[in-house]
Amino acid sequence: MHIVVCIKQVPDSAQIRIHPVTNTIMRQGVPAIINPFDLFSLEEALRLKDKVGARVTVLTMGPPMAEASLRKALSLGADDAVLLTDRKFAGSDTLATSYALTSAIQKLAEEQPVDIVFCGKQTVDGDTAQVGPGIATRLGFEQLTYITKIEDLNLASKEIVVQRRSEGGVQVLKTKLPCMITMLEGTNTIRFGKMDDMFRAARYELKTWSRDFTGAEEAKVGLKGSPTVVSKVFVPKPRAEKAVMIQADGSSPDALAAAALDAIFAAQPKLADDLLARAAAGL
Amino acid sequence: MSEPSKPQGRKFQLPEHLKVYQNVWVIVEQERGIVHSVSLELLGEARKLADKLGVEVGAVVLGAEGPDLNRICGDAISYGADIVYKVTDPVLADYRTDPYCRVMTDVVNAFKPEIVLLGATTLGRDLAGAIATTLVTGLTADCTELDIYLDNRSLAATRPTFGGTLLCTIQTLAYRPQMATVRPRVMAMPERDDSRTGRVQEVYPNLQEDSVVTKVLNFIADREQNEAQLAFADIIVSGGKGLGKVENLKLVFDLAKVLGGEVGVTRPLVQAGWAGNDRQVGQTGKTVRPKLYIAAGISGAIQHRVGMEKSDLILAINTDPNATIFDFAHLGLVGDALTILPALTDAFGRRLSVNRMAG
Amino acid sequence: MVEKFDAIVIGAGPSGNAATYTLAKQGLKVLQLERGEYPGAKNVQGGIMYAHELEKIIPDFRDDCPTERHIIEQRIWLLGDDNYIGTNYRSESYNSDTPNRYTIIRANIDKWWGERIRKVGGLQICETTVTELIRDASGKVIGVRTDREGGEIHADVVIMADGVNALLAKRSGFQGEAAPENVALAVKEILFIDPELIQQRFGIKEDEGVVIEIMGKVTKGMVGTAFLYTNKESLTIGIGCLISDFKEGDCTPYKMLEDLKNHPVIKPLIEGAEMKEYAAHMIPEGGFKAIPQLYGDGWMVVGDAAHFNNAAHREGSNLAMASGRMAAETVIALKEAGKPFVAGNLAAYKKALDESFIIKDLKKYRELPGIMHANKQFFGAYPDEITQAAHNWFTVDSVDKRTKEVSIMKSFVKRRSVFGLVGDAIKLVRAMR
Repeated sequence: MHIVVCIKQVPDSAQIRIHPVTNTIMRQGVPAIINPFDLFSLEEALRLKDKVGARVTVLTMGPPMAEASLRKALSLGADDAVLLTDRKFAGSDTLATSYALTSAIQKLAEEQPVDIVFCGKQTVDGDTAQVGPGIATRLGFEQLTYITKIEDLNLASKEIVVQRRSEGGVQVLKTKLPCMITMLEGTNTIRFGKMDDMFRAARYELKTWSRDFTGAEEAKVGLKGSPTVVSKVFVPKPRAEKAVMIQADGSSPDALAAAALDAIFAAQPKLADDLLARAAAGL
Repeated sequence: MSEPSKPQGRKFQLPEHLKVYQNVWVIVEQERGIVHSVSLELLGEARKLADKLGVEVGAVVLGAEGPDLNRICGDAISYGADIVYKVTDPVLADYRTDPYCRVMTDVVNAFKPEIVLLGATTLGRDLAGAIATTLVTGLTADCTELDIYLDNRSLAATRPTFGGTLLCTIQTLAYRPQMATVRPRVMAMPERDDSRTGRVQEVYPNLQEDSVVTKVLNFIADREQNEAQLAFADIIVSGGKGLGKVENLKLVFDLAKVLGGEVGVTRPLVQAGWAGNDRQVGQTGKTVRPKLYIAAGISGAIQHRVGMEKSDLILAINTDPNATIFDFAHLGLVGDALTILPALTDAFGRRLSVNRMAG
Repeated sequence: MVEKFDAIVIGAGPSGNAATYTLAKQGLKVLQLERGEYPGAKNVQGGIMYAHELEKIIPDFRDDCPTERHIIEQRIWLLGDDNYIGTNYRSESYNSDTPNRYTIIRANIDKWWGERIRKVGGLQICETTVTELIRDASGKVIGVRTDREGGEIHADVVIMADGVNALLAKRSGFQGEAAPENVALAVKEILFIDPELIQQRFGIKEDEGVVIEIMGKVTKGMVGTAFLYTNKESLTIGIGCLISDFKEGDCTPYKMLEDLKNHPVIKPLIEGAEMKEYAAHMIPEGGFKAIPQLYGDGWMVVGDAAHFNNAAHREGSNLAMASGRMAAETVIALKEAGKPFVAGNLAAYKKALDESFIIKDLKKYRELPGIMHANKQFFGAYPDEITQAAHNWFTVDSVDKRTKEVSIMKSFVKRRSVFGLVGDAIKLVRAMR
């Protein structure tokens, strides 16, 4: 069985700051990490590997520095890693990205057919959650997103049963391989790699593929292949008015609380009626 | 996420063959006969966009034939649709990506809307990416604001990026339809108007169950009491790291109880295991629009702010007078939440029970 | 199958990097283990890079090393409450192809080291903590154990470059806990600011740098120093004091840093800057007398873990790099001679240190830490008196100069008494000899 896991290296968004002079994103010095949502999918793939002996290939489309994320994935237990990198990919939106990744997956499938493609639910820098469905659609794989659990996998019949988070509950779905799966966050915990995987990852000779190598058409990648364009990036305008600070005679909590109630009801008289009605109804 | 290319939005002119795409559509999400409120919010938004463009609002309702679907079509009109495409087939009874995607792309190709909106729910996001890829068009996710640039009749979709530190406006200039998803509670719920009239266009896609590989074996409903109903709460009291210890979250619960409201938390508390992520308010949690939002011990970081800043009235309690939350809250109290929360609980309790006794 | 190396280096800071690179360059099979997520993740430095030492290890480092500015001016300031007296040294000759010192941002340098180490065949593995040293029946160190499953790795020699805490050496019983008066706690911030402003305020051009070493009232009477360095597009400002003093006093390091930033003499230099990063770190301050056992059967200690820091000159990273290199050279020599890595042979490392500036400088200043610790007047009374004296002297009024001189001397005498002044002078001489 061959599993491909697509990951993305992203800036640690918690540490992104805005350049105070040029108002652009300050990327230098912000450590790059594997998109946290990808780790849940990677862990699930590795668990399948442990269970049924699958081969796991990790794939990423990115600049040369994305190599670090691939090595991290290898150190967790992935067998092979492919860096899909090419200047022509720069500026790709999700449509162009899913196209490029699909071309690489098809290339990987030439060596050994791919049974499952795992993607992260969404990225912390793009948040679109579109690349997984895009890949599934292009490959004609069954699309399974927001998966909370893989209940059963039958290699002989190529059937898989999963639980999928839905509005108000969980769908239990049965489908056939090949399929694309995105895991919901919190469904597992990424493992702590073994020492020999650390060694293997440090010594692994990375496969680096270009656009040419996978056969992706130039017109369908990069800016040219992206229907969406970012027409402006801006700092959110702060609200004009700051909070009215509540003052009270004395600073005892009770005095402040009483003053707060007065302020709330003065600002929103209808709210007072509302609360009373709710209280009267015993809510 | 790419850096902005030259600002070309306004000068761009749409190629002739795409000008035939007209109208603003909303894919109405329904499962087991219940419409997701985000679809109604989007109808309100679609109305605004369509009015600017001078076109109609279309609603697409998919499912199995039955009274539920008919009622939903009526609701769609009451909330702003001019025309409802009622797509019925037993194969569409439960949501599955493949049949829904096939049907939607056929309907889009047949009727050519210029804009298609979906709610950014698990269903919406699952479906939107598949449709956009099949149609080879642009999709912008989790938009917080939608507008029209009239010079070229294009949709301007604004969304946060890089963890919310920046906003970006994205357009799909040379492809149709322009697709966008919006999270629940980001747009205002429109007023229901039962006097509105509209047309219902029946569509029978004639699907074969055999052609659908994925089968739904079961649906397990969530147990009511476990999930917090934050998204629709009118009163929310939220706690943040300033509370110090998990035991202090009780003070937040006490105040919420006396107010008849719900309890929310910030992401650090979820990560620390103090509460489940069903209570998380913020960019990666829930967006809320209550009438009253009390934030206790919350600094006001942007990731939390975008989830609650549209609340009607925000009262913030924080020991730090320079806390960011005071920049956008309506009312502020500088003090220790641990003493102020119980005082508020007392004060509200007295004020509300006195009247209850009197009433 | 247990992995075996010629050497294992623990830590990816300046001393560990120097050792690993030197070993790998010579073709030895070396493994470097770093507990941080990436090389330098756990490392904090002011910082200043000493090119002379780095040139010895990587002569062409300037080709791609991400330094900030090359230093052309050194300022030493003594701060009073709202004033200062200082001295500058500036030289155009530092604007050469091979400047002697640079300001740096530590994490960038360690990352660069990692790439260089990989290029010469060294194996660097991060996010892996060495939990203990493995020893054979005779007590000789033969390898390490890590926090990962299957983490037993063997080597002929283990070089501990794990920093000021020296956890591994302590855990193995090779050194004891450091006394609080031998360790300082320093905090710093990197303040982001327009390079044009830096250049204007400090009178320098692009790529040129200024470093300011500060002493005085800012350490609130405690033994410590502060600094302000110019980077490409930021300023690093920091302050630190002995942990023993923090324990006795009631000022937190962070408050001390805030007060430093608000000092009337410092504030205008950092006006308009935005805080980008905050870090805290411990620094060995005990000097020569605090140096622990440096080697044994199958092990050596380098860098901060060996307490190699010249506090008087704020030199630490060059001692680190030099000691890492010397340790590596000792290992290379033994390997080539086919000799075992026992204490008797590893003593060559200590010999090399003794003959170098490292021990010579530390020996020279061996009394300094003790004298400073016991004589807080150098951090309170003297900054007061000296800055007051300067103020008095430079204020032109109707007082005649002789009277001024006398009043200045009287002030010193009043503060410290003649006996005290003489004693202080003697102590200073002893400290510097």
